[in-house]
Amino acid sequence: MTHAPEKLLFELSTPGARAVDLPESDVPTAELDPALCLFTESGLPEIGQLQLVRHYTHLSHRNFSVDDNFYPLGSCTMKYNPKVNEWAAALDGFANLHPMQPDADTQGALALLYHLRIFLAEIAGLDEVSLQPCAGAHGEWTALKVIRAYFRDHGQPNRRIVLAPDTAHGTNPASCAMCGTNVVTIKSRPDGLTDLDDLRAHLSDEVAAVMVTNPNTVGRFDAHIADMADLIHDAGAFLYLDGANMNAILGITRPGDFGADIMHYNTHKTFSTPHGCGGPGAGPIAMRKQLAPYLPVPQVIKTGDTYSLDYNRPKSIGRVRSFHGQFNVLVRAYAYIAACGAAGLRNVSETAILCANYLAQRIKHAYALPFGPPDGQPMAVAPCAHEFITVPQAILDRGVTIMDIAKSLIDRGYHPPTVHFPIHDCLMIEPTETESKAVLDGFADTMLQLAEQSQRDTAPFKAAPVNQPVRRLDEVAAARKPILTWTPGDKA
Amino acid sequence: MSAPTDRRYLQTHEWHKLQGDIVTIGITQFAADELTDITFIDLPKVGAKIQANQRFGEIESVKATSDLYSGVSGTVTQVNDALQNEPGLINRDPYESGWMIKIQITNPAELNNLLSVEDYLKKVGH
Amino acid sequence: MDYVQITTRQREEMLKAVGASGMDDLLKQVPDELRLDRPLDLPPGMDELTLRNHLSELAGQNKSAGQKTCFLGAGVYDHFIPTVVDHLAMKAEFLTAYTPYQAEASQGSLQAFFEFQTMVCQLTGMEVANASLYEGATALAEAALMALNVTGKREIIVSEGVHPQYRQVLRTYLSDLPAIYTEIPLKNGVVDTQELESELDADTAAIICQSPNFLGHLERVPTIAKFARANESLMIQCFNPLSLGLLKRPGEMDVDIAVAEGQPLGIPLQFGGPYLGLFACRQQYMRKMPGRLVGQTTDSEGRRAFCLTLQTREQHIRREKATSNVCTNQGLLALRASVFMAAMGPNGLRQAAQLCHNKAAYLASRLSDAGLSLRYPNQPYFNEILVRLRKPVNEILSAADRAGIIAGYPVGRDYPDLSDCLLIATTEKRTKAEIDALVRVLNPT
Repeated sequence: MTHAPEKLLFELSTPGARAVDLPESDVPTAELDPALCLFTESGLPEIGQLQLVRHYTHLSHRNFSVDDNFYPLGSCTMKYNPKVNEWAAALDGFANLHPMQPDADTQGALALLYHLRIFLAEIAGLDEVSLQPCAGAHGEWTALKVIRAYFRDHGQPNRRIVLAPDTAHGTNPASCAMCGTNVVTIKSRPDGLTDLDDLRAHLSDEVAAVMVTNPNTVGRFDAHIADMADLIHDAGAFLYLDGANMNAILGITRPGDFGADIMHYNTHKTFSTPHGCGGPGAGPIAMRKQLAPYLPVPQVIKTGDTYSLDYNRPKSIGRVRSFHGQFNVLVRAYAYIAACGAAGLRNVSETAILCANYLAQRIKHAYALPFGPPDGQPMAVAPCAHEFITVPQAILDRGVTIMDIAKSLIDRGYHPPTVHFPIHDCLMIEPTETESKAVLDGFADTMLQLAEQSQRDTAPFKAAPVNQPVRRLDEVAAARKPILTWTPGDKA
Repeated sequence: MSAPTDRRYLQTHEWHKLQGDIVTIGITQFAADELTDITFIDLPKVGAKIQANQRFGEIESVKATSDLYSGVSGTVTQVNDALQNEPGLINRDPYESGWMIKIQITNPAELNNLLSVEDYLKKVGH
Repeated sequence: MDYVQITTRQREEMLKAVGASGMDDLLKQVPDELRLDRPLDLPPGMDELTLRNHLSELAGQNKSAGQKTCFLGAGVYDHFIPTVVDHLAMKAEFLTAYTPYQAEASQGSLQAFFEFQTMVCQLTGMEVANASLYEGATALAEAALMALNVTGKREIIVSEGVHPQYRQVLRTYLSDLPAIYTEIPLKNGVVDTQELESELDADTAAIICQSPNFLGHLERVPTIAKFARANESLMIQCFNPLSLGLLKRPGEMDVDIAVAEGQPLGIPLQFGGPYLGLFACRQQYMRKMPGRLVGQTTDSEGRRAFCLTLQTREQHIRREKATSNVCTNQGLLALRASVFMAAMGPNGLRQAAQLCHNKAAYLASRLSDAGLSLRYPNQPYFNEILVRLRKPVNEILSAADRAGIIAGYPVGRDYPDLSDCLLIATTEKRTKAEIDALVRVLNPT
């Protein structure tokens, strides 16, 4: 492994080289009208196969990954991605199935989707599930469309306001804007929970939904969630649950049981589908019966022993993407849930909570927990859920920034936690359930060493990272004069 | 913290300097510091009509984006083109070379609704 | 199997360390009355051997395109995928990494996405491309939203030649917004340009055409783009990336936003997803683009490096004013497409595109020999042709199925006037013998 700079594909290009060959045409060559054809060569690189393999192998060495390193990126649930899921996704019967093949050819795939639908409804404690959305944000938007369609159908088209706490994921307000609703922010209390008085003050007959993350983005389960749900329902609105933190509650409590009406899952967070440098995700939504008529088409159904895709849903919001969802992501989620079963999923969440509390306990004397137990008290007094937030004020006061801590962790072999979200100057740490105790201890030791280091000398923090392929980047220059493509003549 | 006394302010951090019937608008050092390194600014074209207390543009840093407001109505007579190539001027010299637009105003009385420097500094907590 | 490594003994140690007498102490944060008082109603967990048997059985209940001869296209195609694509794109360092939030720890994926953006621009002839969107239909919808935003106008004019599912998605996206959706019918299998021109007015934000269109025909994109320009509307083209080995690029036809389903670039059929949305446009709209962008910069020692850039467009900073709610790109699939494009190179891509076209032309000529005609014989096509059958389409499809052939897509579902027609796609994978066998099925004696 090397950190030497890797040239761009275009700089490796050698005219005439190629990585693959194709068969000669076994039919006559057909000419198209030249007016319809290319003027110029595309400029795509020309590269031999070994060179291509080395290029991507070198790039792979310049990436942190779960398979290589502890990746406690809060809110993203970077758990282990079981290899058997990849094996399943590559099976010919799944990987080479055309989405327009007749239902008779696709019974196994439809059965898998149908059963996943049932699994996800049970885990949510809700009645119906749509597997269509492409990702969490897409699920969120789809669900809001469903809510809007419900209110239009029930003679309340003026319900256009969506309330969301100030600690919400940025996607919440962005999704709202995309379906013509206005977002109004409600305050959080100093302890990170929703301010019920502020919520009450904002509820009206123009509110369509309240978007809540629970456990919330500061890593706490909001014990008032059922009271909130009552307030929201009394005002005639729906409680939308952002399912980003489902990894904390599997089999312990269910969104439907605590008053949520509709929610999205992130399969890459909760159900171990790989994050793939940023995708593909999948964002199934679950909902109560009264919202089900509006869910997107198609819906996978079972009639007798036969599975099929149902398009005959007159009140549906319509299609939200082509074909039938992120199928081969859903195969992996299905494989994971099937492997875990009920007891396994419960153990997943219990262990995720235990690991987060254990890690918080180990470092909290040096990394203050603004939403944790009082000083000197163990975590069990006021436990966090599956993740926690620290604002290490003592370290910050020594002139070390949150980003300095993050970059120093990179040098020590760890992917940094989430930074500056959901509040400024915080680290959000989510260890997940799949790490060993030794890894958690090693990370805690490193965090404590960094705290100690900050008392002696802060200079190394400013220099970090020093052991990576690159040092800190000039992101301001990147934004001021954006260079988004390679142009001939650029040099490394 | 201080700010020039020869102009008037909006609570959203824009300064307004009157010379004849032309008002020059920029943002305060406090706002520029809060935004950190400015990377991009979107300004109206010469000739654009501006309404008092309406958004006239947008300013971006790596971390944040913010709308720009005018406290006066009028027509844009000049735009600081230098900012397109060098938005960092706003961080370095917000009160002089970092100015943004000049407006020929239609209602000078609107200036009276703006904050004095003392009131502005009080509003931003200094 | 729940993939938890903490042992029972360690669990006890950890509980003790946090001052808990048992797991229940940590679960008290969930009020009793909200707790589930029974196990979830799911099948019992499976060991890996049982799981594999179960999944094999489900997969085995499908009759995949791999087990048949596939002439079905309709937006996704059964192309050859070089072995290196699977090998490289499935590397664990890519598979199990997340969005490159920490640039120093993610130079590999950032460089790969920068290369991807560049190759999409090279392929399309457009000036800037993002690091990808979900898939073709949503990429098209995002293009329409961007056009509304850029122009400040409200109407989106769409050709009926655009993939029917894409049009449905577009309608869903526009339905709660102050936007107007107008469809222009086809004439002779391509958009009726007269009708289109007459629909344009001061409120038209964009014209959307697909070329090759859903029926396989090439649209007169330069002409349509001229209408758009004259009307100060944007021209949006939905294209097929593999066709650009042969066909004129969107960037050569005065297109403002070019979008596509990237599936033909090395992505398996996988029953409809996940796929890859390609999105490219003119430089001047860069700051209005949806989705992730990777930019080149330098590190503190002056070395070339890559980072996410122009993030203030995005939801985590701009919230309700973001250009889109999209969070990430389709990283792994962008990587597949990148490896595919680099492996094929300009010559491979041209050869593949030429093979696709040759086979379609051969099929057309064999059908003509058999007395079967193309529905619109004068329209140029790339790799998909619309054939008028003499027997009911369903009968033919069933007969083909018995011969192990997926013969094509019955377009009557979406275009009732064409219920006697079958849309047939050929890729470089189809052989002369397979095409001959198809012709025998289509022309039963």
